[in-house]
Amino acid sequence: MNKGFNALYGTIVIAASALAAIAMAAVILIAVGADALGTFRVILTDPLKDTFGLTEILVRAVPLILIALGIAVAFRSGILNIGAEGQMQAGIIAATAAALYLPGLPKAVLLPLVLAAGALGGGIWAWIAGALKARLGVNEILSTVMLNYIAAQFYTFFLRGPMIDPNELQTGSGTPQSPRLPKEAWLDRLIPGTRLHTGLIIAIVLAVLVFLFLWRTTSGFRMRAAGAEEKAARYAGIDVEKYIIAAMVVSGAFAGLAGAVELTGVHRRAIEGITSGYGFSGIVVALFGGLHPAGIVPAAVFFGLLILGADMTQRSMGVPANMVLVLQGAVILAIVSAQMFLGNPYARDRLARRLRLPRRPGPKTLEDAAAEGGLKQ
Amino acid sequence: MSILDIIMNILAIGVPFSVALLLAALGEMFNQRAGVFNLGCEGIMSMGAFLAFLPPFFLKTGALAPWANLLGFAGAAAAGAVLGLLFALVTVSFRAPQGIAGIGLQMLGWGAAGTLFRHYVGGVTGIGGVPPLPIPFLSQIPFFGPVLFNHNIVAYLAFLAVPASWYVLFKTPWGLKVRAAGTHPRAADTMGIKVTRVRYQALALGGAMAGLAGAYLSLCQAKMFADDIVAGRGSIAVALVYFGRWHPAWILSGALLFSLAQALQLSIQVLGIKFPYEFAVMLPYALVIAVLAFSRRSRLRGPAELGKPYDRETRI
Repeated sequence: MNKGFNALYGTIVIAASALAAIAMAAVILIAVGADALGTFRVILTDPLKDTFGLTEILVRAVPLILIALGIAVAFRSGILNIGAEGQMQAGIIAATAAALYLPGLPKAVLLPLVLAAGALGGGIWAWIAGALKARLGVNEILSTVMLNYIAAQFYTFFLRGPMIDPNELQTGSGTPQSPRLPKEAWLDRLIPGTRLHTGLIIAIVLAVLVFLFLWRTTSGFRMRAAGAEEKAARYAGIDVEKYIIAAMVVSGAFAGLAGAVELTGVHRRAIEGITSGYGFSGIVVALFGGLHPAGIVPAAVFFGLLILGADMTQRSMGVPANMVLVLQGAVILAIVSAQMFLGNPYARDRLARRLRLPRRPGPKTLEDAAAEGGLKQ
Repeated sequence: MSILDIIMNILAIGVPFSVALLLAALGEMFNQRAGVFNLGCEGIMSMGAFLAFLPPFFLKTGALAPWANLLGFAGAAAAGAVLGLLFALVTVSFRAPQGIAGIGLQMLGWGAAGTLFRHYVGGVTGIGGVPPLPIPFLSQIPFFGPVLFNHNIVAYLAFLAVPASWYVLFKTPWGLKVRAAGTHPRAADTMGIKVTRVRYQALALGGAMAGLAGAYLSLCQAKMFADDIVAGRGSIAVALVYFGRWHPAWILSGALLFSLAQALQLSIQVLGIKFPYEFAVMLPYALVIAVLAFSRRSRLRGPAELGKPYDRETRI
């Protein structure tokens, strides 16, 4: 067994899990009578054909980066935050409120305030789940799932009630959406004529900061320690409960900020369906990126491509855009399955033994002795 | 309408609402008793609801038309079992972290049901569904008749599933194996129980029951299919298992509590009480969180190895 075999083994596991994910999605594509290969080709290449496609990929990558960074902080601390979708909506409500009810401020003051309000809204919403987990032992997966449904109701309540655009009431159309935000609360467009906005810069700066925080500060180390081995962390005197709540709040703040950035950068008013599943895609991005900022940024671009590509196949190939959910679900299952093969040296050794590869010289095992017929009873 | 009528109405709506939750939660109980936390329940229910909807949608006339609903239930159960086995492959054989894998299965189920639905059906369409089957004489009893004896056959069978799953779990050798696999898999292994096989079986059974729960939603409750038909019921069912202390009788009471909350929020909307309906809709979800917060001690009675993969080759 040597380094070459290890590298080959890793490649094979990754290739096999990628194939498994593609196969699961292909089953559904074939079931709807689509040309599976053609669909994958359209998903992966069509968005890359023009500036519009390229910028739209990045537009989708921005909220994915932010949400995935937050989810990575939570996962690294040992908590599964499934509530990004709801935290994002809480952030959008708070950011919209700040933008609408703090008028007359200059842009340099208002825009940061609006973004901070978004982060605060998401953080508070996540704090509920964190506190319930730390103080009452409530399973955070279930509580964040439930908080998603509750946040969705709050969101429609605010859009239909207190925050509805007065014009919608006058014209009687009653579309649930907020008024347009004042220009002072808009993120600028990076490339005129496209929707690509300065949120991209915020996302990348925060990716660097998250890396520095998790791997270069004591608090970050403690968080990761609490997640990696809770008992050991407790012995080391780390207040695990405190870090559970902190990780959850940070995670929610990132989702809330993603909502505020999407609001001020893309739509510039709160509309229904603004989160469009980013909260769940963010989980896939975080896992695909190896829960590390350096992996999350490219992973977010890749999934931005997939999401945009799936929208395009809906138009050009008639394959429903829900397809991308199948692909994301399959990717999650494939990644978590591959982890055992990649992270467990025993699994690798077992395969090497089955393949009868030459072993490193070492102490003889009972099996060796038996194989040589030298084991005396 | 007198107060008694209102209460009767809430109960008569609420009791059948509990069936989907009950079936899914009983299935999840078997999963968790065997040591596997299956959050994919929600996705399996979506798939079940969609597949059950197909036969009555396509077979409106023809020789098979009378059997369409039955075919729907069979298809949903089969698909649920297959998805349960897929989850077993990932979490039992590949020992993946169960929470995340559950989210994966959930998205897979949502996405697959939604994609297939948009392609084969397109928009929301009603179906005949399963007709109610009032029990002669008993359904005539005032108050109790409409509340208990005026439902469809699936509802009666689901309530019979409560004592049945109690019997299977606590009185059969297989039930003992399931509980052993979730409580102390290494001891079970030492005693010759094939832990992996038992967990696969429990997940197949749990998946089939989640599939049936989804089928109940589309065939008996909503009598149509929509992308969001499950609306968190799968996750609520998982929460109910915690609340129900992994015991069928407690799970039944939990399912009734939630469906009555659901019926109550509907009647609040119908009665026209001035109250934003969004807050009524949140009620059951908020109740789940409250219940989880106050049932923390029940975790001590849960399967000891819940959520932990078993590897017979690692050292103790």
